[in-house]
Amino acid sequence: MTVIEAPKPVVRAEYRPAARRSNFRQRVLVPYLMLAPGIILFVLFMAAPIIYTLFLSFQKSQVSGLGLGSGSRTTTFAGLDNYIASLSNPEFAASAGRVLLYGVILIPVMLGLALLFALLLDSRRTRGSNFSRTAIFLPYAVPAVISSLLWGFLYLPAVSPFYFVFDKLGWDVPSLLASSAVIFAISNIALWGGVGFNMIVIYTSLKAVPTDIYEAAKLDGCSEVQIAWRIKIPIITPAIVMTALFSMVATLQVFSEPTTLRPLTNSLSTSWSPLMLVYRDAFTRDDIYSAAATSIVIALVTFAISFLFLRVVQKRAFGQED
Amino acid sequence: MRTSFRRSAVALAAAAVLLTAGCTATDSGGASGVVELNYWAWAPNLDQVVDIWNEENPDIQVTVQKQDGGDPAITKLLTAIKAGSGAPDLIQAEYQKIPTLVSADALADISAQGAGDIESNFADGVWDAVTLGSDAVYAIPQDSGPMMFYYRADVFEQLGLAVPTTWDEYADAARAVHAADPANYLGTFSANDAGWFTGLAQQAGASWWGIDGDAWSVDIDATPTEQVAEFWGGLVEEGVVNNTPMYTPEWNAGLNSGTQVGWLSAIWAPGVLAGNAADTAGKWKAAPMPQWDASAPATGNWGGSSTGVTTQSEHPAEAVKFATWLNTDPDAVAALVTTANIYPADTAAAAAALTAPPEFFSNQPDFYDVAAEVAQTVAPFTYGPNVNVAYSAYNDEFAKAAESRQQARFIEAVAAMQKITIDDMKKSGFTVK
Repeated sequence: MTVIEAPKPVVRAEYRPAARRSNFRQRVLVPYLMLAPGIILFVLFMAAPIIYTLFLSFQKSQVSGLGLGSGSRTTTFAGLDNYIASLSNPEFAASAGRVLLYGVILIPVMLGLALLFALLLDSRRTRGSNFSRTAIFLPYAVPAVISSLLWGFLYLPAVSPFYFVFDKLGWDVPSLLASSAVIFAISNIALWGGVGFNMIVIYTSLKAVPTDIYEAAKLDGCSEVQIAWRIKIPIITPAIVMTALFSMVATLQVFSEPTTLRPLTNSLSTSWSPLMLVYRDAFTRDDIYSAAATSIVIALVTFAISFLFLRVVQKRAFGQED
Repeated sequence: MRTSFRRSAVALAAAAVLLTAGCTATDSGGASGVVELNYWAWAPNLDQVVDIWNEENPDIQVTVQKQDGGDPAITKLLTAIKAGSGAPDLIQAEYQKIPTLVSADALADISAQGAGDIESNFADGVWDAVTLGSDAVYAIPQDSGPMMFYYRADVFEQLGLAVPTTWDEYADAARAVHAADPANYLGTFSANDAGWFTGLAQQAGASWWGIDGDAWSVDIDATPTEQVAEFWGGLVEEGVVNNTPMYTPEWNAGLNSGTQVGWLSAIWAPGVLAGNAADTAGKWKAAPMPQWDASAPATGNWGGSSTGVTTQSEHPAEAVKFATWLNTDPDAVAALVTTANIYPADTAAAAAALTAPPEFFSNQPDFYDVAAEVAQTVAPFTYGPNVNVAYSAYNDEFAKAAESRQQARFIEAVAAMQKITIDDMKKSGFTVK
C-alpha cells in the first residue's frame, strides 16, 4: 500500500506527532471510512454469499439406509461431483439452448425498437415527446411477475379480449401458450417491459450530443434520416453496446416470466430456463448443493459471454473516443 | 387450498421465511408447572379450536403460531431442525410431507405415547400415510381429502346421462358431453396437479413408495398408475377431455360459464366451486368416484393434513395428548368442522359433526352421507422421502404428454417419473430395492 508513507524528512521534529496523526487520519482513515459502507455492503451481500455458494457447491448430503430418524443424513465433501452432474445434465443444456434462442429473438427486436423510439423522440419534428417517453417507459415500472400475470390473462383464449375479437371475426388464432409459440409469448412480455428502459438510456445519450453537429450536418444538406443514420447512431454506439450487454445478462437470468406463466400451460417445464432449474433443485428437490454448483456455472458463463462481447465490440464502439 | 397461481408468491414467502426462521424461539415449561406448547399451523381459525382446549386444560397451554401455508411451514421447520433449535412442539403437516420430515429427523415417533391406540378412528389409507406402513406413528391425522366426482346435474339431466359408476362409463359420458357441445368437457387432464393424479393412482391401487425391510421400493411404473395414465392419455388423444391445467383463470371461467361440466376433485371442492363458479350454485352434485372395479369401491386422497410432534419438543407426552384430543374428541372435531372448515379424518366424529350439506350444495341434502361413505374407502398409499421430486417430475413429464395429445406419451411419462424418482433416491444414498 502506498498510502502509509513515512513522513517526509523536511517536516520539523516538533510538528511531527501532530502531522503524523493528521496525515494518518487524512490519508488512511478518511478514505477508508468513506469507502466503508461500500466495502461492508459488498462483503456482506456479495462476497460472503458467493464464497458460501462456492463452499456449498463442493458438498453433498448423503443419506444412509432408509434415511428415517436421526443421524441418517450427513453432509460430505463432494469434490467436483456437483459440477460434473450439472454440466452433464441434459436439462441444463436444453435450458441454456432455450435461453439463447430467447435472447436471439428478444435482444435485436428490443434494442431495435428502443433505438427507433429514442431517435423519433429526439427528432425535432416530434410532438408530445414527454408524454410518449413516459408512456413507453411506464411498463418498465411494472414488476415482471405482475406483467406476466397480465399477459397470461391475455394469452388464455377463454378469458382474453383479443381472442374474443378474433373469434368474432372468425379467425382461428392458435394459442401463444402452445409449445411452439410460448417462447414468443415470453419474449413479448420482456419486450413490453424492456423497450422503455433501453430507450431512456439511448435517449439520454442522444441528448448529450452537442447540437451544433446537427446544425453543421443540416447546412451540408443532411436529411433527418441521414442525420440519424450517419451521425446520431455512430455517436451513441457506446450506449447501444451498454444496453446490449445489460440485455444479454438479463436474458441469461430470465426467471419471473416463465415461472409465472408455468401454471397456465403445459409448454413450460420446471427447468425451462437455467435459473428455473436452479430454483427447482434448491427448493423443490431440496438439493441446495447441486443448485449452488449450477449457479456458479451460470455466473461464470455470464461473465465469459459479457467479457467476450465487450472484447469483440470494444474497438468498434469505443475506438473513436481514444 | 391449492391455487396454482399463488405458487410463486408462496415460494417467495418460503425464501423469506428461510431468512427469519432462526429467530423464533421455543420457550416451554413455565416455573408454575404449566406446560407450554407451540403449534405451527395454517388452517383458518384453528386458534379458536385450541382455545377450547386451553380453557379445559390449564396445565397444558397451547399457542398457535399461524403459518402462511403447507410449503412455507415445512421449509421453516426443516430450517429450524437443521439449526438445532427454534422448532415448535407441534406442526400441521400435509400427508405427502411426512416422509420428508421423518427423513430430516423433524418428526418424533409418537407410538410410545399411545398414538397407536386411535388407529381405528381413521380410514386405512389415511393411517398408512402417518405410519409410512411401519410400526412407528409420526403424526395424527387431522383432515383428509377423499376424492369424489362432481358434475353438473342439470346438464346430465338435459343430455339424459346417468352418473358414471365406472371409468368406462365416465369415458362414455365424456364423449357424450363433448359431442353435444364441442366447447364443453366433462373434465381436464391437469399436468400441473401432481396431488390430483396421485389420488387417481391411489384409487387404482397404486402405492408409489414402500418400505421393505431396510430398503425403500419405488413402484410408480406398475400396473395401477400405467392403467390410469393409459385411460387419460386415451381420452386426451380422442379429444373428449381437455388437456389444459386446472386453477388457471381460463379453467375458473369454464367452471362458471358451464364449459367444465364435471370435476374429479375432493371433499373440499364446494369451497372452490363457491368461489369460482358462483353462478352455478345449486346445479352441481357430488357422487362417489367412477370405479375400476365396481365390486370393490375405492377412492384416493387429494389434500389433507396431520398433526405431528417435532423432535425438538421437550414435552412429547403432553403434545400427543393435545393432538389426540384435537383430532378425535367429538367436541374438538365439531369445532374443527364449524370454525376451521375442514373435513375431519376421524370418520365417526366427522359423520357426527357433519349433518347439513355445504351451502353451495344445498340441493343435495345427503352430501355428507355420500362423503362419509366415500371416506371409508380411501385406498392405502405410502408416500416416500422425495415426493417433491416425483411431483415435479409429474409436472414436467405429463405436461409434455398432455401437450402432445398422444396416449403413448402418457405411458412413457409414467416410466420417466419412475426413473427420475429412483435416480434421485439412489443419488441421495437411500437404500433402494
